[in-house]
Amino acid sequence: MNINWFLVVSAFVFCIGAAGVLTRRNPLVILLCLELMLNAANLALIAFSRMHGNGDGQIFAIIVMVVAACEVTVGLGVIVAMYRRRLPIDADELRELHG
Amino acid sequence: MSAVFFFIAAIFVFVGAIGVVALNNPFYNVLALVTHLFGLAGMFLLLRAQFIAAAQVIVYAGAVMVLYVFVVAYVGGTHEPLGGPTGRGAKALAVLFAGALLVELCIAILGSGLEALDAKGAAFDAADPKGFGTPGYIGTLLLTKFLFPFEAASILLLLAAVGAVVLARRRGGLGTLDDQRPVLSFADVLRPLGTGTMAEAASGRVGTPAIEAEGELPEGEPVRVESGW
Repeated sequence: MNINWFLVVSAFVFCIGAAGVLTRRNPLVILLCLELMLNAANLALIAFSRMHGNGDGQIFAIIVMVVAACEVTVGLGVIVAMYRRRLPIDADELRELHG
Repeated sequence: MSAVFFFIAAIFVFVGAIGVVALNNPFYNVLALVTHLFGLAGMFLLLRAQFIAAAQVIVYAGAVMVLYVFVVAYVGGTHEPLGGPTGRGAKALAVLFAGALLVELCIAILGSGLEALDAKGAAFDAADPKGFGTPGYIGTLLLTKFLFPFEAASILLLLAAVGAVVLARRRGGLGTLDDQRPVLSFADVLRPLGTGTMAEAASGRVGTPAIEAEGELPEGEPVRVESGW
């Protein structure tokens, strides 16, 4: 398959993820949609890495996976803290920032 | 043959992605993302990124998704009403923006002058055991050219783990939860104080024997203090 196809798939997945981040209100689902967008970026990176025959893009993809794992860990920690403090698990309800 | 494999993987990728966005139960969202990740791993295999495909399946679909499943089970499936206070208008606007972004990206990809985009990619030697995309290749790159990002990533992972523990730990002064009272078990009797268990960390007990015994050093021998840098 040509590299074009992979990039188009990547663009589709990125836009599906962006639509999810914009429309959903559950923070868990917003995190999942962020994962979709990061994975789409990974696919594009690996496709370009294949295009050039150069491994740097694959290393970049691995680092993106590491950063995504960190983001998920901290985000889920925040969600668990919200649940412990009896806050609503809803991105629209959380408007105030106070400790 | 590769085209057939590509379209099968693409079906998995799209079904998973749409499931993540459209399904209403967070548990099904996570399962849809696992489907998506498996399809994506197939695409990585087509792009000769064997190591990343394996890491994707093991680390992402295995470990990170298990974390998600546990948090969903803990927090509980909060069904959000579709089209609640956010309103239909804002939702339609969001979908419109995403569609506009898609059109832009497709124009940028398909209309670009890069001729290599319309080819299968660079030349490739499949027989080489340390060739493009194999674990040996990735490992060599990570430990030579990209050593600093590798180490920075490990520090970032450590920071994230500590941060998650600090964020999600049980606050001492809250007192509204039912399971705040101390739970006594038979193991508490057998185990000396300060063995560093999770229960001690959660209850905030600082009975570490090493610290408490510090003030009771024997008088006769002077304590040797290592000085210098």
